[in-house]
Amino acid sequence: MKINWSKYSAPLAFYPLAGKMIPWFGTVAALTIAVGLYIGLLVAPTDFQQGEAYRIIFVHVPAAWMSMFLYVVMAGWAAVGLGLNARLSFMMTQAIAPTGAMFTFLALVTGAMWGKPTWGAWWVWDARLTSELILLFQYAGVMLLRTSIDDQRRADRASGVCALVGVVNIPIIYFSVQWWNTLHQGASVSMTAAPKMAAIMLTGMLLMTFGFWMYSLAVILSRVRCVILERESVQFWSKLSSVAEVAEVR
Amino acid sequence: MVYWKSVSEFLAMGGYGLYVWTSFIITALSMVWEILALWRRRVAALAESRGITRSLE
Amino acid sequence: MTQPSLWETLWGIIWRDLLLAMRRRSDVAISVLFLVIVASLFPLGVGPEPAVLRTIAAGVLWVAALLACLLSLGRVFTADYLDGVLEQMLLIPQPLPVLVMGKVFAHWMVSGLPIVLLSPLLGLQFGLEGEVLGTLVLSLLLGTPTLSMIGSIGAALVLGVRGSGLLVALLVLPLYVPVLIFGAGAVTSSMAGVGGEANLSLLGACLVLSLFFAPWATAAALRIALE
Repeated sequence: MKINWSKYSAPLAFYPLAGKMIPWFGTVAALTIAVGLYIGLLVAPTDFQQGEAYRIIFVHVPAAWMSMFLYVVMAGWAAVGLGLNARLSFMMTQAIAPTGAMFTFLALVTGAMWGKPTWGAWWVWDARLTSELILLFQYAGVMLLRTSIDDQRRADRASGVCALVGVVNIPIIYFSVQWWNTLHQGASVSMTAAPKMAAIMLTGMLLMTFGFWMYSLAVILSRVRCVILERESVQFWSKLSSVAEVAEVR
Repeated sequence: MVYWKSVSEFLAMGGYGLYVWTSFIITALSMVWEILALWRRRVAALAESRGITRSLE
Repeated sequence: MTQPSLWETLWGIIWRDLLLAMRRRSDVAISVLFLVIVASLFPLGVGPEPAVLRTIAAGVLWVAALLACLLSLGRVFTADYLDGVLEQMLLIPQPLPVLVMGKVFAHWMVSGLPIVLLSPLLGLQFGLEGEVLGTLVLSLLLGTPTLSMIGSIGAALVLGVRGSGLLVALLVLPLYVPVLIFGAGAVTSSMAGVGGEANLSLLGACLVLSLFFAPWATAAALRIALE
């Protein structure tokens, strides 16, 4: 079966499609997170080096991965939007940013919660932590630039450029801080030498990551529906000819 | 199969309970808050568009 | 009339911007004065112990230079945007990124270069001397053009936007982090006797990278701002 993808690139056509997908992603997310929590909190044995504090890994690492993954996806949509001049792509960038920023914030907070008992400090200037902090600033920059520009088209394109520039920045920051830390050897904490994980722990972590991913999809799709409603209300409803269609789309 | 011997041991998390539970609770609250905020945003957007549909009829 | 070549256009833009800057010398003076004042505030806050001042010198001078660059970013495009010259510039039948490079270069001449020239004096205030002072000047010479190039992207993105001064800081400062790390790192390692060559070459790499990418991003941002 050949699916006509271009049909769904119009916000009007995408709206009901997204509405149909949200419950599926939401259900899968709830189930996977439940199993992941069961494994991570109840089944997995303790880590003999770090004690029970290591269990924070089951929210920390998935949140950190999602924060970076969502930024790259957001920049990808921005590139598509800038290249093809597609409205829906920019709506996707707008919908992804808040969820990405939330996961970045969560990665930082849970990282501090993990750092205090294991390294004795809430915060260390390690490459990963610093890049994550800068990532949060970049999310904030992309979102604030959008809200400060009144003209919708310009807001879309300007924040898209901003997101794309940031994608180049994050790896550079990661390596520069790593370099900087080797220079200041005394203060640095080695976190790269992670102990080999037991299979059950890895399973729990991957399940949680998959659950967070599905959660992000559900949340982003429902946000994109809000964005479509807010932006296109007039064209949107006038294009639907019958009351039945209006009811269906809702 | 379950690793813990008692509920209190589970809650104490080997002395790290405060850190572990704060992390999990903050994550859960953020997600719930995000879903609630989205739900309210949707209600507001629908109310507005309902006004527009009515004016079109 | 024949079309002016790319080089003639480029020189025309640079020359015009420099002339305009010379007519408004107080603008140039403000960012330099800002640098001097910020750098002088730190000893007053931290205390006059030479040993302490020497250890914070690299970071303080680099952060002060970075903030001075940030402060001057509003001048890259704003005046031309307001009087419509920028719109005309987009119509010039030459590649826009090259023209942007000319504008940024002129901006660096009047805001970055004074910082570089002034830095040995500020270094002396913090008890730096000899080779370390040389590294400081060299690191700023390589770093400030990078700051101008990166900053021009932010300046173009926020053209004519309300609250643009604070917004540009939020957009640009995260991008300045690597330059700050390598720049201050060069001075620190030269102070430790290791020599700043490694950091300086990384700064050079940042400069090349920004010369390659930033004009394109800035040109795109300008087109978005003016369409």
